[in-house]
Amino acid sequence: MGISIELEVNGASVSEEVEPRLLLAHLLREELGLTGTKIGCDTSQCGSCTILLDGQAVKSCTVLAVQADGSEITTIEGLANGEYHPMQQAFWDNHGLQCGFCTPGMIISCVDLLSTNPQPSEDEIRHGLEGNLCRCTGYHNIVRAVQTAAETMNG
Amino acid sequence: MAGESNGAAGFGSSIRRREDPELITGRAKYTDDLQLAGMVYCTILRSDYAHAGINSIDTSEAEALDGVLGVYTAKDIEASGVPGGVPVGWLLPGLKTPEHYMLAKDTTRYVGDGVAIVVAEDQYTAHDALELIYVDYEPRDGVADPKKATADGAPLVHDDAPNNIAFDWEIGDKESTDAAFANAAHVASLDIVNNRLIPNAMEPRAALADYNNITGELVLYMTTQNPHIHRLLMSLASLGLPEHKIRVIAPEVGGGFGSKIHHYADEAIASWASMQVGRPVKWTATRTETYITDAHGRDHVTHGEMAIDADGRFIGLRVDTYAAMGAYLSTFAPAVPTYLYGTLMSGEYDLPAIYCHVYGVFTHTVPVDAYRGAGRPEATFIVERLVDEAARVTGLDPAEIRRRNFISPDAFPYQTQVALAYDSGNYIGALDKALEAIGYDDFRKEQAAAREQGKYLGLGLSTYIEACGLAPSAVVGSLGAQAGQWESAVVRVHATGKVTVYSGCSGHGQGHETTFAQIVASALGVPYDDIDVVEGDTGSMPHGWGTYGSRSAATGGSAIASAAEKVVDKARTIAAHLLEAAEEDIEFEDGNFFVKGSPDQSQSLPDVALQAYLAHNLPKGIEPALEATSFYDPANFVYPFGTHIAIVEVCSQTGNVTLQRYLAVDDVGNVINPMIVDGQVHGGIAQGIGQSLYETAVYDEGANLLSGTMLDYAVPKAHFMPSFETDRTVTPCPHNPLGVKGVGEAGSIASPAAVVNAVVDALSPFGVTHIDMPVTSEKVWNAMK
Repeated sequence: MGISIELEVNGASVSEEVEPRLLLAHLLREELGLTGTKIGCDTSQCGSCTILLDGQAVKSCTVLAVQADGSEITTIEGLANGEYHPMQQAFWDNHGLQCGFCTPGMIISCVDLLSTNPQPSEDEIRHGLEGNLCRCTGYHNIVRAVQTAAETMNG
Repeated sequence: MAGESNGAAGFGSSIRRREDPELITGRAKYTDDLQLAGMVYCTILRSDYAHAGINSIDTSEAEALDGVLGVYTAKDIEASGVPGGVPVGWLLPGLKTPEHYMLAKDTTRYVGDGVAIVVAEDQYTAHDALELIYVDYEPRDGVADPKKATADGAPLVHDDAPNNIAFDWEIGDKESTDAAFANAAHVASLDIVNNRLIPNAMEPRAALADYNNITGELVLYMTTQNPHIHRLLMSLASLGLPEHKIRVIAPEVGGGFGSKIHHYADEAIASWASMQVGRPVKWTATRTETYITDAHGRDHVTHGEMAIDADGRFIGLRVDTYAAMGAYLSTFAPAVPTYLYGTLMSGEYDLPAIYCHVYGVFTHTVPVDAYRGAGRPEATFIVERLVDEAARVTGLDPAEIRRRNFISPDAFPYQTQVALAYDSGNYIGALDKALEAIGYDDFRKEQAAAREQGKYLGLGLSTYIEACGLAPSAVVGSLGAQAGQWESAVVRVHATGKVTVYSGCSGHGQGHETTFAQIVASALGVPYDDIDVVEGDTGSMPHGWGTYGSRSAATGGSAIASAAEKVVDKARTIAAHLLEAAEEDIEFEDGNFFVKGSPDQSQSLPDVALQAYLAHNLPKGIEPALEATSFYDPANFVYPFGTHIAIVEVCSQTGNVTLQRYLAVDDVGNVINPMIVDGQVHGGIAQGIGQSLYETAVYDEGANLLSGTMLDYAVPKAHFMPSFETDRTVTPCPHNPLGVKGVGEAGSIASPAAVVNAVVDALSPFGVTHIDMPVTSEKVWNAMK
């Protein structure tokens, strides 16, 4: 039987009737068409599905849709507000992505990182991205992007 | 927000990638992001046993589940009359080619072998139904180690391959090499295991197949590095549909590293399922499924020896390798430990005698095929480890023994003893630059001082060469390839002077849309923003062979340059007519045609294009419109090279290895976009560091995959990596129009040897002469005891 949930996704109200076992990642991707959120694993390792739930980064493959009832969600599609978020801009400027598959989740995690630690050291950035895997960049330019975004956002 | 306005973003500029705006906003569509009307989902039941007979399969409960449209086994595929094959595309002499069918018929041969298919209305139901299929297996013994698999009495993967030997291959001259060893003053000798790797492109493989049973046409969206190869094999071997009735489209593709080259059963299964149910069918691998289906990489067991004379010169190299093929021969598998491996055994060295012998071995494991570097990392690891071991046995410094044995910069073209003819190189140049940048002499002093205090630092060199830019078609054909390796391009100048470029390459993170546009911006003098690049759709462009083997710039880029040159030639003829001048008097500069000495009277390329399309006033014999197609077949491989240096600290208490610095000086010829080239180097290094310190696929004695999820297999995280220091020398490729070589694989080829040489250097006070990858704390700690 379906369970009714109401939530706010990227500023818009959403009402859905969902299976109890439906993952939030699948709700976003399959029901709401927000495919910017990626699914790269089935063990909560890769972080490609990271979104902001009530302002905090979570892996949406590890949250049931019913658990998100009443919450506010921001996905990569909702991050830019007419212009790129400074983190998106920094990823572009620093070649912080190649295939782009990990990028939405990575950018969301980086935004979350700076919200708790606005001026992280390189070591803090690397450890702060513990939950997100990238296979293309070797992380070098992702670290540069976070440093650039930190400068911009603190500027 | 979108758009990059930079009219001068030509060849050599570090312009930002035009691919990125869609990727950073979540707008880009990968295969699993696509939905079609009426779409249903497919899942595949996979063998839990490494080796088992199938007595029976009961699908009745699964079929009865609400929402299930069909459950199928190999019998159903056979009954449908399609060829059903998953063939190997590279035939070595004497190669055993046992049948590989789309689903296991009566025997499963690895954990992951497909057994049954479910098609259901939604993906949750499709997964539920898998659990309602009951297979009566008869478990048998399996074997995973490629050397043990050749022993008498080892469980056989295929009855018609005695001792599990798929092929027995050699290159070089055994007699002269044996003679070199008989005369050697010193011999360096190592037993080396090159660890099995799991590719882990971040996007799992997926397919969305849409078969139209009215027209008989199949549109297949899939995670592919080479759509045309997949179309060809789908047509010929798997589905039997005519090639022109199949359209393969690569939407955004999330990394590949080789794993999306190969023709697997799964995408063919999704297509076949669509043919059965008459609706679009999507199959998306779970990550755990990719671990037991994506072709793995490496997995060699090798004995290698270097013969050295009294002056520290290399006089012979002898290598004997057991290379795992896995349970079936994957698309290019036989080429990887042979022509992409044995041919690299000369490294950067003037080696007068080489002999390399390889057994390709069936094991009860996931098939092994090309993974970033493909054969060349394995070869480089052996050569560079043996060079360091040679330094140890001769008492020479590792940099000095390399310098003493390098092929001299004036010796090119250089014919090796193992088939390849190196076109150009300056190995000493890259070594010197790297040694200076790392502060080699100072490091040796620091290392000595640190040892006094019980701190163990090590420096590892890897002076590598690779052969890429695959490949001259006639050469690979003579070696067994069932494919050409040229590349195609169409450069189409529209009536308004805007340009669309079609390439037969198929990028998946490399930034082709940017770099290929840069090539054309320079060649045609057209603003960068006026040029679009289209790839990855067999319905749009001429046949191409795709993106792998660091080939896209060298072959695809050269094809684009050749097509652009043809466009300029035709436009010059038209411009001469319009300017009422002789064609040989027309100059072309910055996008303008003018009569020599009179640049004020000119026709721009867009002017000429418009006239070419109007066709009101064309010279006699000139056809309307302005576009050209090129099929570029390279004259040779390209040979990037360089020096990579790793510095590590080994903790004597825990055995933990910390990578303190990693420096790369690469020579990839002319550079189209330095920012992108650096990014490719970073990624390659990271995968090589992953292999050397963290990653390994572990099979138990019964051939069960123990490292079967992302939880158990160490894909490197950000804090596993240092920042990388990169630099370049530039020795242009002499035989392609752009002077470019490849860069995609260089980092993964060079770095494992650099890291392990550094660890062995750090451990030299403990008498350690080799340590196998991944160099875990446990291995180091045991080695120090």
